[in-house]
Amino acid sequence: MSNLETLQKEPRSGLLKNYKLEFTPYLLLIPGLLWLFTFFILPILNLSTTSTKTRSPSFETGAFDQTWRFLNYVDAFVENQEQFYRSFIYALIATVLALAIAYPLAYAIAFRSGAMKNILLVLVIAPFFTSFLLRTLAWKQILGSEGPVVSLLQNLNIMNSGQTITATSFSVIMGLTYNFLPFMTLPIYASLDRIDPKLLEASGDLFANSLNTFRKVTLPLSMPGVVAGTLLTFIPASGDYINASILGNPNTKMIGNVIDSRFFRVVDYPTAAALSFILMAVILIIVSVYIRRTGTDELV
Amino acid sequence: MGDEVSKFVQGDLKLVNLTKEFGDFTAVDDLTLTIPKGSFFALLGPSGCGKTTTLRMIAGLEEPTSGTISIGDKNITDLKSYSRPVNTVFQNYALFPHLSIFENVAFGLRRRGIKDVKETVMKALELVELGHLKDRKPAQLSGGQQQRIAVARAIVNRPAVLLLDEPLGALDLKLRRQMQIELKWIQTEVGITFIHVTHDQEEAMTMADTIAVMNNGKIEQLGSPSELYENPKTTFVANFLGQSNFLQGIVESESNGETIVIAHGIRITMPSSRNNGSTASVKIGVRPEKFRIHFVGSELPGNLLIGGVVTDISFVGVSTQYMVEMPWKQEIMVFEQNDGGAPNIKKGDQVSLTWEPQFTFALNGE
Repeated sequence: MSNLETLQKEPRSGLLKNYKLEFTPYLLLIPGLLWLFTFFILPILNLSTTSTKTRSPSFETGAFDQTWRFLNYVDAFVENQEQFYRSFIYALIATVLALAIAYPLAYAIAFRSGAMKNILLVLVIAPFFTSFLLRTLAWKQILGSEGPVVSLLQNLNIMNSGQTITATSFSVIMGLTYNFLPFMTLPIYASLDRIDPKLLEASGDLFANSLNTFRKVTLPLSMPGVVAGTLLTFIPASGDYINASILGNPNTKMIGNVIDSRFFRVVDYPTAAALSFILMAVILIIVSVYIRRTGTDELV
Repeated sequence: MGDEVSKFVQGDLKLVNLTKEFGDFTAVDDLTLTIPKGSFFALLGPSGCGKTTTLRMIAGLEEPTSGTISIGDKNITDLKSYSRPVNTVFQNYALFPHLSIFENVAFGLRRRGIKDVKETVMKALELVELGHLKDRKPAQLSGGQQQRIAVARAIVNRPAVLLLDEPLGALDLKLRRQMQIELKWIQTEVGITFIHVTHDQEEAMTMADTIAVMNNGKIEQLGSPSELYENPKTTFVANFLGQSNFLQGIVESESNGETIVIAHGIRITMPSSRNNGSTASVKIGVRPEKFRIHFVGSELPGNLLIGGVVTDISFVGVSTQYMVEMPWKQEIMVFEQNDGGAPNIKKGDQVSLTWEPQFTFALNGE
């Protein structure tokens, strides 16, 4: 111990130590910053310059000239208003449904599962063991005209023989709800699990029955999880295109499908880029209003 | 909404044959106890003795396996915790982190449907002298302040019984002393029955009118702090409250309220009323501060132990502690006040010990 102390008191190694302490955090940040710069900042810059280009006079596919045409944004928005509107409605409904399913589920896991807790948590994340795409395709099979659900409903005379479940807005919203459910469940579970059981006892001790304890103690204390969960569901759901393309029809297209087809099928990069930026801006506005409203500023 | 809170229930708290089993383990074993209205009662015992389980059963947070709990004439055994006229000050306070101090204190009143809570809440906050912190959140308060808010949050409801679960355990020594005095003052001020669970014997003795010493789910002894200290009925109580010296002996005779015990060949006299043993073989107990230490030849009258040698002396401010080895190799602990009364004794000196017969107690021997 005393050896160490004398070593530290030596001026040279002391200086070195200070130097190291000051710069270590920055050194640790470098890999992450490099990654972000290469795979986030650069593409965003590229996308933003692309968004104001126009088709080159040569009419060669994929050739665009930078003309700083900001009207691209107005055109892109006006042309695709319907899909924008639909995206946010679908994402909103899916978020509300996911919340309605996830909250009781997270509550049961956090407070009522006993020894089953870890098994149930693994089950919640189990879908991640297979790909998002495969699972959505599986739903197409399950809900398809030859699938078990439709046959059953037809046999029970609930559905007519011509009706389908897939290729409807119902199945798109159901797919969104299903795919983002774990992102809703886990944050809510985490915030419920963190609640000190003594607080619930204290609430009962102070004349609150179980309903009032939930309203006045459990729910407010789980709000950070609810806000995190709704954001983690709403944001990716509003930009999603897999569910609409696999489980939907041409009339259930979301903005993600439009961007997808502009990029890869029509090869209209400027419109696709402008749509991406509009989507980003709208989500940012919605999210910041939402966070302001729910008063969970600590979250961001 | 369930049962209406029994607001007007008043009277003594009675526990009758109260038992709580967790699987094979009996936490509280056939406990029968009456706690008079308005008293400051302490349940004292080591961890795992069942004191907290007893408290939780009174609060309604734990269901008894058998037995009944009643306040006055009202049986509350089957009432939910939110319907009982009982409030608790929790060990780590359990203040609601998302509510202001004011709303924390108002919580119970609001749940009972009282609309105008401002005056009542402020009165409770004034009582603990923290009215100026009403708009803060619990996390912005120190441990001692949180503790007082927990008390205010409970007593604002004017419960028939207030339960305190090791309320001072998280505070430092100085603050703990101060809160002991304050809690005692608050109890006198509001006149509510306080039941205080603690493992700290000094805390229990400072605050409580009556102490029940618990061990293995049963009450070992019940009484005022001085009764328990001066005349413990079991070895557990004698050791749990303060320190004791024990001498193995045999009862030789008993007459005119006076018992003679022979221990290591020495005749010891004591009042028969203080013999809590039921067998001829007894354990004589003497508290360390009851002894007087003397040079050989200058002893005071009373019971006398001769032939001791001082093996250790430690000075602790108000008193000096001596370890005296007796001829039968037993070490006796003696405390002498540092008031100039004790002779100037050094390590290795030959000494005699005397004490007055009335300070002797006896328990069942081994």
